[in-house]
Amino acid sequence: MTWSKPNISFPSPSIDALFLWLLRIASGIAAGLVLLILFFLLAESSSLLRDIQPVRFVTDPSWQPTERAYNLAPMLSGTLYAAGGALLLATPLGIASALFVAYYAPPQVAGIYRRLVELLAGVPSVVYGFWGLTTLVPLINQLHPPGASLLAGILVLTLMILPTIALTAHAALLAVPDEYLRGAAALGMSRWGIIRGVALPTARMGITAGVILAAGRAIGETMAVLMVTGNVVQHASSVYDPVRTLAANIALEMPYAVSDHRAALFVSGLALMVLVITLWSAAARLGRSWHGTS
Amino acid sequence: MKLAMASAVMFIAGLWWSPVGNTAAQKLVLTGASTIAPLAGEIARRFESRHPGTRIDVQTGGSSRGINDVRNGTADIGMVSRDLKPEERGLRTHTIALDGVAVIVHASNPAVVLNRRQLIDIYTGKIVNWKEVGGVNSPITVVNKAEGRSTLELFLNYLNLKNSEVKPHVIIGDNSQGIKTVAGNRNAIGYVSIGAAAYEAKHGTPIKLLPLDGVAATVANVRNGTFPLSRPLNLVTRAVPGGLAREFIDFARSMEVHDLVEAQYFVPVTVD
Repeated sequence: MTWSKPNISFPSPSIDALFLWLLRIASGIAAGLVLLILFFLLAESSSLLRDIQPVRFVTDPSWQPTERAYNLAPMLSGTLYAAGGALLLATPLGIASALFVAYYAPPQVAGIYRRLVELLAGVPSVVYGFWGLTTLVPLINQLHPPGASLLAGILVLTLMILPTIALTAHAALLAVPDEYLRGAAALGMSRWGIIRGVALPTARMGITAGVILAAGRAIGETMAVLMVTGNVVQHASSVYDPVRTLAANIALEMPYAVSDHRAALFVSGLALMVLVITLWSAAARLGRSWHGTS
Repeated sequence: MKLAMASAVMFIAGLWWSPVGNTAAQKLVLTGASTIAPLAGEIARRFESRHPGTRIDVQTGGSSRGINDVRNGTADIGMVSRDLKPEERGLRTHTIALDGVAVIVHASNPAVVLNRRQLIDIYTGKIVNWKEVGGVNSPITVVNKAEGRSTLELFLNYLNLKNSEVKPHVIIGDNSQGIKTVAGNRNAIGYVSIGAAAYEAKHGTPIKLLPLDGVAATVANVRNGTFPLSRPLNLVTRAVPGGLAREFIDFARSMEVHDLVEAQYFVPVTVD
């Protein structure tokens, strides 16, 4: 196997140049794919977008595509409520779990705990959905019928994005230079003082990146949410109300949709894409401004 | 890394080679109703074992997809779990079995008989508590199907309702999701294929099939035509089928697959 071993002491410039081109092409393809998806969504929904005024997607009386009513607003609110609620729960839990592993847990406990969180990240989403449908929903139903609700969606999503936040936050905390921590300790700061004053501010960028990643997953998650939220198209007035998310809408109706109904589902995909892009650009701006101050 | 490279190479090679493999064998593509797909899959397996060298590909996706795919040639045969609509005439239908749509509630629900008026009132939100129809004092959870499903069309047709008049609490996709939802909620009411419901009820799932218009929701009543909410399960083709498609359709309508049809609680049709 010696032939595959690169010679580190004498790197060949021609290989570097070749590799640079390979990377350029690959990243070009990656960027192109996103544009291609946007183009595809626009092309598929164009027949309907030409036909009716875009404002109807928020002013129509309801979502009844077979009766030509296309209001997406309740699903937009459902998506934001579910993802927002999950982030609100998962962010403090995830960061707390990362702090525990990085600074408080004894090494053996930390190792086992970290494996468990990694395991949680690897569970397929339908498994969460099935658990939610057969255990969580009946439980909530006893509290407040019908059970299939925004609350069930938020809880299942929290479970799914918690490992993302916990693992990225842990990685960010590990990347905090050791000198900072030792320096702070030498100044006589308490453990919590070091965490609050040194570790968390230094790891802020990495933690934020993890939260954004988790937000993206929460917004786009489909199967598990579809199974537990009840999928009724309405603005939720409490966490016990059923809601439908944009992603669940597509999964639920796409196999059975034809012509205008189908195009309306692509519009809902487009809305989802715009939502993710907005989130991403807001996060990028936030990241830049933070970078400027620190 | 090496593993990733190897699998990438195999994936790309697979993209290249698979079409060649397909043309070598005789192949038939079926798409359409999720109610028919499991039965069609069983029939296809038996057909393949009797006709070595053929491959039958069964994909689900709903009756409308079945019709679309047959029209534009993506599929050889479409699966449609209802009668064709006026604008769909012109396609050839071949009925392989009959199925009914049953109204289901949780097995512990004491309200055992609902008439058509009560069903309409429950589904439009005029009756919101089980005690109004002789049950316990708890709110009703109305389970409806997602738009575009043929079960939904059939059910709305039977109650003479528009989907916008229905006030659902839960909207479900396929039959199994509906059965799990009702089994997990003592106060839910829903409707699914009799085939699927009878199968699940017999295997211990806590659901109960309600009679409609005084006729019990059983396979026998679908067979003798008295059950009010029944439908044909059809294979459709664009023209008179020939070759492998004709052989497969004849096989699916023959005595040789009656045991498969009955195992899924559908009613076989006899062709002479």
